Amino acid sequence: MIRYLLIRLLDAVPTVLLVLTLVFIAMRILPGDPAISALGDMATAEQLQVFRDKMGLNDPLWQQYFSFLGKMLTLDFGKSLMNGREVVDLIAFNLPYTIELTLAAVFMGIFVGVPFGVWAATNPNRTPDAAMRGFSLIGYAVPDFYLGALLLITFSLNLGWFPINGGGEGLIDRLYHVFLPALTLAFIKAAFLGRLTRTALLEVLGKDYVRTARAKGAREPRVVYRHGLRNALLPITTGLGLSTLAALSGSVAVEMVFNRPGIGKLLISAIAERDYAVIQAGVTVFAMFVVAINLLMDLVYVLVDPRIRVK
Amino acid sequence: MSALLSLRSVSVNFGRGEKALRVVDGVSFDIDVGGTLGLVGESGSGKSVTSLAVLRLIPERLGWSTRGRIEFEGQNLLDLPADKMPEIRGRDIAMIFQEPMSSLNPVMTIGSQISEALFLHGWPNRAKRHARVVEMLRLVGIPDPEGRLGAYPHQFSGGMRQRVMIAMALACSPKLLIADEATTALDVTIQAQVLELMKKIRSDTGTAILMISHDLGVIADICDRVVVMYSGRVVEVADIRSLLQRPAHPYTRGLLESVPRKGQERERLYQVPGSVPMAGSVRQGCPFRARCSVAVDKCAVKMPPMFRFAEDQRAACWVSAEQSNAPVIEDLK
Repeated sequence: MIRYLLIRLLDAVPTVLLVLTLVFIAMRILPGDPAISALGDMATAEQLQVFRDKMGLNDPLWQQYFSFLGKMLTLDFGKSLMNGREVVDLIAFNLPYTIELTLAAVFMGIFVGVPFGVWAATNPNRTPDAAMRGFSLIGYAVPDFYLGALLLITFSLNLGWFPINGGGEGLIDRLYHVFLPALTLAFIKAAFLGRLTRTALLEVLGKDYVRTARAKGAREPRVVYRHGLRNALLPITTGLGLSTLAALSGSVAVEMVFNRPGIGKLLISAIAERDYAVIQAGVTVFAMFVVAINLLMDLVYVLVDPRIRVK
Repeated sequence: MSALLSLRSVSVNFGRGEKALRVVDGVSFDIDVGGTLGLVGESGSGKSVTSLAVLRLIPERLGWSTRGRIEFEGQNLLDLPADKMPEIRGRDIAMIFQEPMSSLNPVMTIGSQISEALFLHGWPNRAKRHARVVEMLRLVGIPDPEGRLGAYPHQFSGGMRQRVMIAMALACSPKLLIADEATTALDVTIQAQVLELMKKIRSDTGTAILMISHDLGVIADICDRVVVMYSGRVVEVADIRSLLQRPAHPYTRGLLESVPRKGQERERLYQVPGSVPMAGSVRQGCPFRARCSVAVDKCAVKMPPMFRFAEDQRAACWVSAEQSNAPVIEDLK
């Protein structure tokens, strides 16, 4: 088991390197000149030259690449080109908001999606199943920024039940602020997880060992939860990982719509202002997030499936 | 001897109304307390469906329905409310399935799966359950039972898994054990071991066994009486000696012919010509007539009733009945 985890951890190393390389390449082929965007159109050729020297933009590419790798891995993201603040500080300030949004969305999505999926799977081709189908269709179809705007207009602007923007201060206030944005992401997640749970559970309930469970006298709730859902957790875990990643990318749009702090919002404004240092750091942090979630999912697999544990 | 389980005119339909498919049609047989009954027939003859119907494990929601009477200790199981069935399953009637590879829950340890059967039927004490599980695993011949409790099904071979299934089925000392092709998926030596185990269990615990198999050899090894099914119907019921020595139904004769024998010189094994019609598809006459070498005109018109050929032998065949002057049995409704 420890070996399995170590292998997984080692597997992540090339992924991280690949991601960093892609970020590096992407930053070089982005249109626009970082020196001009930092110093403005009015800068003289001399000033630009000095800036490029200072930022190492005149070094050979391979040298730039290794110094980039070194800096990223030591979390040395440099200073924001716009306001001169340390990018690490910007990330450190914004990251908790994104994490809290993603976590809240994941939990809400699980608590709605999985029971709904179970309900649909235990009543196939009946009303709950049809409701599930409708719900997941809407969930798949509605874009997050649109749903977010809809919720914002209805519950914040018109009804005034929730705050219109910001991230909040203190635990209760932050939870209050995160509710609507998380709901937006959770709606889509619940649709996805619900559908997945229904399909996975329906398949598992047709398995021989479920019949065995019935034959030894287990009642339906026990059959469904202990034998059915417990086995359906394997595909659901995979889906959960995927949908957590989706929530992460969805958080970019949702943070914009609800005007709340977060890596997504930081990234969008950095792109608008061509703030390369921040873009670079933001994309890297997102990528690390993805790698971390994948690792976490591998961990969950071990808990869920004894067959992996032993191999 | 009184019957432990008796089926009377049990029919299982798939679908409703005109289009309903009668997968099992008017099946009647008895199993005595402590007796062993074999249920033989080709694939698709309705053996498994019949056994699932006994435990009411037929998925009614998918359009299946069971009629007739299935009496267990005098109680018609089909009359019981659905929420009473779990009390009977596993405690009074236990079942072993065909597929040892897929019939155990892959994410639960075998210890907890056997323990669950006990837990469900009035064994609240954990320590007692543990002791019983170890005892059962030892009974079915699993080496180092204490150490194997925490193992998962994928860590066992097919034969060992089937032993675990048997241990689980017998944990609550059921009065009837239904073994649905319990040895079919196993290789021959393991099959022999599992059969030995079942014989031992029958003699040690007095559990009645309903053995379902397409293999007459297996049935002959373990059963006192045999029910032969064909296309959802019972075509012959007899004690094992009569069945082997003087089979009354042409289908039974065909089955016996196709069993390989030691010292028999043959190019090919005998096979009953043709294939089994889909259960319920023959709506008139004898379902076997298309493959029968002795069929007469009457067979195409009317389904033969059960005739009595001997004290403990009955079969549904017009031709055989005429030849041996067997009387129709009326009292099987």
